[in-house]
Amino acid sequence: MAVQHEKRVFGYPSSLTDAPFHYCPGCTHGIAHRLVAEAIDDLRLKEHTVGVASVGCSVFTYNYFNCDMQQASHGRAPAVATGIKRVSPETIVFTYQGDGDLASIGTAEIIHAAARGENITVIFINNTNFGMTGGQMAPTTLPGQKTTTTPLGRDVKKAGYPLRVCELLSALDGPAYLARVSLHSPKEVLRAKKAIRKAFETQVAGAGFSLVEVLSTCPTNWGLPPKKALEYLRDEVAKYYPLGEFRDGPREVEACSTR
Amino acid sequence: MERKLMKGNEAVGEAAIAAGCRYFFGYPITPQNELPEYMARRLPEVGGTYLQAESEVSAINMVYGAAGAGARVMTSSSSPGISLKQEGLSYLAGAELPCVVVNMMRGGPGLGGIQPAQSDYFQATKGGGHGDYHLLVLAPAYVQELVDLVQEAFDLADKYRNPVMILGDGVLGQMMEPVAITKYIDPRDLPKKEWATTGASGRRPNLINSLYIDPVELAAHNRKLAAKYQRMCREEQRFQEYCLEDAETILVAYGVMARICRSVVDMARHSGLKWGLFRPISLYPFPGDALYDRAKEAGVRRVVTAELSCGQLIEDVRLALDGLVPTELLAYPGGLVPSPAEVFRQAKSERGALNGCSA
Ligand SMILES: Cc1ncc(C[n+]2csc(CCOP(=O)(O)OP(=O)(O)O)c2C)c(N)n1
Ligand code: SF4
Repeated sequence: MAVQHEKRVFGYPSSLTDAPFHYCPGCTHGIAHRLVAEAIDDLRLKEHTVGVASVGCSVFTYNYFNCDMQQASHGRAPAVATGIKRVSPETIVFTYQGDGDLASIGTAEIIHAAARGENITVIFINNTNFGMTGGQMAPTTLPGQKTTTTPLGRDVKKAGYPLRVCELLSALDGPAYLARVSLHSPKEVLRAKKAIRKAFETQVAGAGFSLVEVLSTCPTNWGLPPKKALEYLRDEVAKYYPLGEFRDGPREVEACSTR
Repeated sequence: MERKLMKGNEAVGEAAIAAGCRYFFGYPITPQNELPEYMARRLPEVGGTYLQAESEVSAINMVYGAAGAGARVMTSSSSPGISLKQEGLSYLAGAELPCVVVNMMRGGPGLGGIQPAQSDYFQATKGGGHGDYHLLVLAPAYVQELVDLVQEAFDLADKYRNPVMILGDGVLGQMMEPVAITKYIDPRDLPKKEWATTGASGRRPNLINSLYIDPVELAAHNRKLAAKYQRMCREEQRFQEYCLEDAETILVAYGVMARICRSVVDMARHSGLKWGLFRPISLYPFPGDALYDRAKEAGVRRVVTAELSCGQLIEDVRLALDGLVPTELLAYPGGLVPSPAEVFRQAKSERGALNGCSA
């Protein structure tokens, strides 16, 4: 009898370990991990990649990415990544940061890494709150959104307005690739995959700083079941934070004459 | 041996390069600016990288990344900037990463002043950041010693996988003295760091980390660190003594204050007083064993600590002596560096010794 060879059509990316994710049910951190791993696999970068884990729900990301990893202090991942990249320009260096980490405590580090055009890739998970510490307000929390520290909804008169990171960074000359994607539907997940791949390609080409902002769910702290959380992501979050590419390719800036 | 007149801050830079350091991350602050400026000029000549960070916080985290990637790396600052580096130093110690950090101290607290001081002694030797950790702290008093200790600091950092701090002051950073740098290391000749994150090619992935969420694992990690610090205490206590053989009064001072006290001892000897100087070179580990041995000698009547701060060094002196002989404090805070004559006069009038803020 002829042996039937099964053709593998789907599997686990080799850039992920087989450790089970600790994320809550319906949390899209896991999808984002997979997309990053797939990009690293597709571009055959696993053996040359160093990831930087940040502080937040994704702190244990070093258990999941099957490559060299450094764990950074809260908000400082872009500075740590800078140190790694300056020592080993041939390695591919990425950070994986939440919105508390990147857009609150780490604003200086991200803005200056972007302004330097540091040749690193930043995966920025915007779930509009501090997930790990129990759902407090983040700079990205939507106007009116309830969190544990804005129990009546974010009152912009008191708590200020959200930060739109891609728009903010697109004011700089340093970035070579900036995109905002969302994980609310299979179609958007595929778009996100493309953007993440493009960000890594930007680094491989030596073009400079790349960042993909990934709009993501936090069903636990939003107090929504997973499906409703995806709808909230589509209807509210992706409305306040428009999707798309904000920079596609490095800028040429002429230097002034030396004195 | 060729000797060259060099400013302390610049000598640090050349010594670091001689030790195989090719990466420097800094942020300007007086009185150490000549060091980052020297590195910005010199590192590209030897294929290295100088990068001005957006803050001391970023600079120390760049050091973390570079150290984790396996490089010999340095940063420098002065007191307020060193305060900002404390979080990073705690992470470096926790993740067991080698690096060299220079603090050319100025007066504090707050913005303080820009004159030389020694008021970061506690911060440097007792931890500074959060958690159970220590830096290895070396305090040179001469520019040549600064050069030698910077070179050695890189070896010690690698030996212990721990940050090493060079604790100097504005005087040492700004003064010029002849120095010789004899040994230049090519970083490519240094032993490979198998634990570094260089890309997991043909091996299992490496992890640089200070998070141990399981308390049993964290306790084990803390015990491992503690054992390392105990080993430092056994193997790295350094000091220099001057005229201690028959001394009745022992002066204890480090850095620039020790230079002043050396002159004080000369003055005392000149007027027939049996004084000597004990100069700690390693501040952590504090050379307490040797100090105790010297103070145990029959003729020793008192130990006088002189420092450019209000009673910090004296705490380690008292811990080491454990009540063996009376101790006195001469405290000179705020950047007012005393003359040898002034110290001599105050140290002579036994009750004149200020007890400062330390009761
Ligand atoms: C210096 C410091 N401050 C505060 C904390 C506590 N902390 C841990 S995670 C976190 C926020 C994480 O939120 P985010 O980056 O949005 O990631 P998420 O958990 O939502 O994925 C905070 C404030 C810390 N670990 N370190
Ligand atoms: S708390 Fe929120 S962000 Fe964190 S794992 Fe749970 S759902 Fe995800």
